[in-house]
Amino acid sequence: MKQVFSRPKSLKNSAFHYCGGCGHSIAHRLIAESIDELDIQDRIIGVPPAGCAVIAYNYFDIDMLESPHGRGCAVATGIKRVLPDRVVFSYQGDGDLAAIGTAETFHAANRGENITVIFINNAVYGMTGGQMAPTTLLGQVSTTTPPGRSALLDGHPVHFSEILGQLPGTMYIERCAVNTPSNIMKAKKAVKKAFQYQMDNVGFSLIEILSQCPTNWKMSPLESCRWVNEVLMKEFPLGIIKDSKR
Amino acid sequence: MQGNRVIGEAAIRAGCRFYAGYPITPQNELTEYMADNMRRAKNGTFIQAESEIAAINMVLGAAAAGARAMTSSSSPGISLKQEGISSLAADELPAVIVNIMRGGPGLGNILPSQGDYFQATRGGGHGDYRTIVLAPASVQELADLTMDAFDLADRYRNPVLILADGMMGQMSEPVEFSEPAPRQYPESYVLNGRGKGKSRFIRGLILDAIRMEEHNWKLYRKYQVITQKEVRFETFWTDDAEILIVAYGTAARIAKGAIKRSREMGIPVGLIRPITLWPFPMEVIRSFAERVDNFLVFEMNTGQMVEDVQLALGGIGKVQFYGRPGGVIPTPAELAKVIAHHARKK
Repeated sequence: MKQVFSRPKSLKNSAFHYCGGCGHSIAHRLIAESIDELDIQDRIIGVPPAGCAVIAYNYFDIDMLESPHGRGCAVATGIKRVLPDRVVFSYQGDGDLAAIGTAETFHAANRGENITVIFINNAVYGMTGGQMAPTTLLGQVSTTTPPGRSALLDGHPVHFSEILGQLPGTMYIERCAVNTPSNIMKAKKAVKKAFQYQMDNVGFSLIEILSQCPTNWKMSPLESCRWVNEVLMKEFPLGIIKDSKR
Repeated sequence: MQGNRVIGEAAIRAGCRFYAGYPITPQNELTEYMADNMRRAKNGTFIQAESEIAAINMVLGAAAAGARAMTSSSSPGISLKQEGISSLAADELPAVIVNIMRGGPGLGNILPSQGDYFQATRGGGHGDYRTIVLAPASVQELADLTMDAFDLADRYRNPVLILADGMMGQMSEPVEFSEPAPRQYPESYVLNGRGKGKSRFIRGLILDAIRMEEHNWKLYRKYQVITQKEVRFETFWTDDAEILIVAYGTAARIAKGAIKRSREMGIPVGLIRPITLWPFPMEVIRSFAERVDNFLVFEMNTGQMVEDVQLALGGIGKVQFYGRPGGVIPTPAELAKVIAHHARKK
């Protein structure tokens, strides 16, 4: 019998701990499939963040170095500069990347470090229980914005990918989603392209992935997928933000 | 050669191939030396980081990737690095961190001070860990201890601090660089892609309490070995001393001058100079207490190492303290007066 589907080689044979309907496991799978297809499992090093994905090393069958909260791009910079022929990626959430790690992310991008960043945007701090993230929408209820995020008191949702797109040092930035089969296919293509760019020494790449967090959004998985389409994408439209090679 | 530059040269000779730093006085010459000279080293990397936090985290990545890595700063910047130092200790990764201390707290000033003793010798960041702390008292020792720092970091897979002050960093003295020993470290921990072997990970997060406790005890046992094996100190004119000064770094240099003056006046005073501040020469000081009961701890702060001396003596003998914080550098004459007063009181 012909086998048409299996666990990617770059994922360990262990069950994800992520909540039902969470986007992390899909994003993990896309990364692992890309690693397999590019045949770089032996020479890729990943940097998981503080947050829900902190124990990503329990899932990825590749070398990984945990980063302190927000410092993924600095840690990845250190690895890549010492081992320029390896593929290095940092996996970060919205709070990690666009709040506490703003400086590290911005300046790694500005230096044009030849690394890849996978940026999971679910508009909320997941692991700590649903607090406001830099990407939380105006009016969105979180445990630290009980009446909904107010522009006056809490500021606006941060469009970090667009900000990084302004920097001459960034080469490829795309916003994707994992809420429908077609969006998942597009996200996979983007992740693989970002790794390929790094292997071709093109420079800094970042793939933002709008990701469902049913637990903290207090929705069912299906409602979450719809909410990404109907609400989150209105604020954060999908598409290529920058592609210097195109 | 200037102290700050000597640290840079010694580091490169010792095989340091990754340096990240951020400008702060009084250590800028070190960062600039690395910018100038790291490029001449094969596969050397210099990065001017966006912050001290970024610099130490770059060092974390570089250390995990197998490089001899270093960062440097001065007091306020070292506070920012504590997150990364704690992670290096948790991850058991080797790195060298240089602190050219200045007056504090807060921004303080840019003058020589020894206000960071507590921070350096108690781990500095969060969690249950220690760092080896080396306290040079001459430019020559800056060179020697910088080279040793890399070896110690590799031997124990632990961050090593060089704790000097603005005086050490800014002053110039003749220096000879020794031949570094070949690097010895277990390459097995290095993350460089799994290759054909099994994938590996390095992490500090251990959610299970029992496993976290095991890791804490494992680190503790390592610190115990360091405490037994790596204590370093110098004694000066102690043979017939009835008063013993305990001082390190710049303060120890001043103390030597003061001791010469005091000896000319017939006061039998000597010096114990800890070279490792952690591990602290507890037993050395305790053994002197069998013969001498009069100790004067001299620091360029309001009294920090004095607590370790008291701890070492455990209530035996008399411990006095003299200190000048805030970037004031006392003269040997000033300290000699204190010694004379101290001798009379006895």
